[in-house]
Amino acid sequence: MSGTKKETGFTFTIDGVEITAYAGETIMEAADEAGVYIPRLCDHEGLRHQGSCRVCTVKAGGRSVAACTQPAAPGQAVENESPHLTKMRRDLVEMLFHEGNHLCPICEASGNCELQAMAYRLDMTETTRFPYLEPCRALDASHPDIALDTNRCISCGRCIRASEDVDGKGVFGYVGRGIHRRVAVNGENLADTDAQVTDHAISSEVCPVGCIIRKRVGFVTPIGEREFDKGLIGHEIEARRK
Amino acid sequence: MDNGQECTSGLSSTACDVGAVPAEEIAAICQTFGNDKHRMLDILRAVQDRYHCISPSTMDSVAAETGLTRIQVEGVASFYSFLSLTPKGRVTIRLCDDIVDRYAGLAEVVAVFEEVLGIRMGETSADRAFSLEYTPCIGMCDQAPAAMINDVVLTRLTVDTARAAAEALKAGRTPDHLISERYAELTPHERATRMVDNNIRHAGEVLLGPVPEDAGLDKAAAMMPSLIIAAIEESGLRGCGGAGFTTGHKWRFAAAERAEKRFILCNADEGEPGTFKDRVLLTERPHLLIEGMTIAARAVGANEGILYLRGEYVYLRELLEQVLEDRRRRGLLGKGIHGIRNFDFDVRLQLGAGAYICGEEGALISSCEGLPGEPKTRPPFPVNRGYLGHPTVVNNVETFCHAARILDRGATWFHAMGTEGSHGTKLFSICGDCLNPGIYELPYGHTVREILEMAGGQDAAAVQVGGPSGTMIARDSFHRKLTFDDLATGGAIIVFNGERNILEIVEYYMSFFVHESCGYCTPCRVGNVFLQKAIGKFRKGLANPEDIDYLKELSGTIIETSRCGLGMTSPNPILSTLQNFPLVYSAVTKPNKDRIRDTFDIQSAIDGARKIAKRRSYIFDRDFTQ
Repeated sequence: MSGTKKETGFTFTIDGVEITAYAGETIMEAADEAGVYIPRLCDHEGLRHQGSCRVCTVKAGGRSVAACTQPAAPGQAVENESPHLTKMRRDLVEMLFHEGNHLCPICEASGNCELQAMAYRLDMTETTRFPYLEPCRALDASHPDIALDTNRCISCGRCIRASEDVDGKGVFGYVGRGIHRRVAVNGENLADTDAQVTDHAISSEVCPVGCIIRKRVGFVTPIGEREFDKGLIGHEIEARRK
Repeated sequence: MDNGQECTSGLSSTACDVGAVPAEEIAAICQTFGNDKHRMLDILRAVQDRYHCISPSTMDSVAAETGLTRIQVEGVASFYSFLSLTPKGRVTIRLCDDIVDRYAGLAEVVAVFEEVLGIRMGETSADRAFSLEYTPCIGMCDQAPAAMINDVVLTRLTVDTARAAAEALKAGRTPDHLISERYAELTPHERATRMVDNNIRHAGEVLLGPVPEDAGLDKAAAMMPSLIIAAIEESGLRGCGGAGFTTGHKWRFAAAERAEKRFILCNADEGEPGTFKDRVLLTERPHLLIEGMTIAARAVGANEGILYLRGEYVYLRELLEQVLEDRRRRGLLGKGIHGIRNFDFDVRLQLGAGAYICGEEGALISSCEGLPGEPKTRPPFPVNRGYLGHPTVVNNVETFCHAARILDRGATWFHAMGTEGSHGTKLFSICGDCLNPGIYELPYGHTVREILEMAGGQDAAAVQVGGPSGTMIARDSFHRKLTFDDLATGGAIIVFNGERNILEIVEYYMSFFVHESCGYCTPCRVGNVFLQKAIGKFRKGLANPEDIDYLKELSGTIIETSRCGLGMTSPNPILSTLQNFPLVYSAVTKPNKDRIRDTFDIQSAIDGARKIAKRRSYIFDRDFTQ
């Protein structure tokens, strides 16, 4: 298998670093293998690519593309961590903060939250110029084992794809349009669905923020010992780099 | 709360509580469309038309019949403006609130409807007889203000005609009868032209002049498919919807793809505010359009086509159905067209349901597939993998009409018209502050000034070329030419005189994009709301000079990171006016005084807390003692 793979391999560069890719691979897939981290929120290992958060925007051949959906092309020069791209990514992450209600100090996900971690990685330290939209969003605690605090949802849709493609269920889906577009459940509330706490969609790795909450396990890992207390988001991918 | 989001206490908004529709009735509707999930838009439109609401139990039934989950059905039902999860009236009156309608007296017309029907805009009467709504541009800017009354269109509304219509409806007359007492006796074409004037002001040589019937198809039928494509390429024809991709190349790519099936889709989702040229072609040249689609089918080897008609043009449905039926009867659609073996092609009409984004070709394909109108990830491109994964050609109405004429008259004839790079003629829909709004078929290359003279718009102070996603130009640019290389347009030319408030126009266009963004990607979904709010600051005179940089930076992020053309062009109203009307902005900005932010308003800042606490503030409420 690896023998045939090598034959179709080609190279391109990300920020000047040569990367090997194989036919059909996206820029992000090739970068991950090579230990080059491209920031992302809606993309998650094992789930189909969606390209909606746009945080993985890179410049490929001068054009802006989403690295998670754009196929790698031989010889292409891809720009990833330039000040310009980092600024735009910071704008996008700020937009997500301002679109919902994100109160890190009281959030169970703090320290494990990819949105928060991305803000740190992208150096979101200055006061923001965006307005807060402060939407009224619902808390769904109907399910015996799971709660949903949609104030924190960033519409990444990872739970939708995990439930559909991995669990074979379809517990979640998008409804509405534009700024009213949101993740909703397949029924009146979560208890009305066939969601189970053992679903992949409900697991801690799928929801990047503190929207999907597993009841009775809050703060099992204390603040200070959480995933992003150990390193910047993406450090595990960057550790692969030779 | 003015945050672009509705405030709901529960998980879902108030659902339909009207008597539950028996599941058998819903099953019968689904059966009409073969229980096919790809016909979801048709199914939900039929449910909406009959029951004026899509309730949770209805969605359960539809899901069961089509093999989907309820959330998938809800995803579609909640996406389109003309579908409703809450009960609507038996008659829904949709008043077009485009900026052109506003300047033509919309407010007075709204007041009349509200007064006569006894409900406010956005409300449904208690007896469920009427709903009153605003809707974005319905393609009647040359005869504004206009409204849709269910499937009927009223144009050139005045206080008097609006009152007569509202009182007739209130007295129990059907919308049809507002058009004619003898509505039932009129032909579909008569009905359409009674409702809506064509306003053809200048007929050109290609489309609106005399057109012999099916002459292009006759010639194409005798040609090798590859030669048809070559002719279209040689003609220099480019897509007339706005993007201007070379039509012949598109056909060639689709033909070259190895596939069992190919599709021809016609984009009649003419949603760009100020554009109404396709409306006229659909009314006056429907045979030419289907002829063009049939030629494209012959060229690329497609057997099936879809004509995607925007929901706002539902009044043209029966006219187009009649044309399709007529062509089937005459052997111009169906099996063995022109007696040629394997030349099989038929077209189905797909009606939209109120979503501007469906004019984007990927979103149009999604909508045809029965999905929410969300653009698709590119690559793959539609010519490689489009409708249901098959190679698909999506062209605009005007493009197909041109193609049919090119096959009749030859590529050289077409190529000789227009300018280098922009060949042939183009339909321009001109509206706003001019004496003769309507359709002008002209070769590419005329200057804006020449067009304004033809339309009687010499007083123009600003011209919006290409609609909101295009460019707003000032007098110093009226010498510029209407070509793909200078000022490109899908057809819209909106004229504004010196009395119009540029910032009001810009604010309206931003609210349009906020309303029409599909919400798939972050920058377009959220960024446009921020832009709209920022423009609101300028309008209120609360902007600082730094806010101009903020507008530019935020626009840059939205343009560079958005997933489709909507977000890549939605900041254009702001950017093009900042560039061409800089004084409009600088006149209303003032520097911060004493480092106090003028935009900070303590009353609105504490309003949320006040509501939660259910009491007022001793310190900040000026009126506390009252």
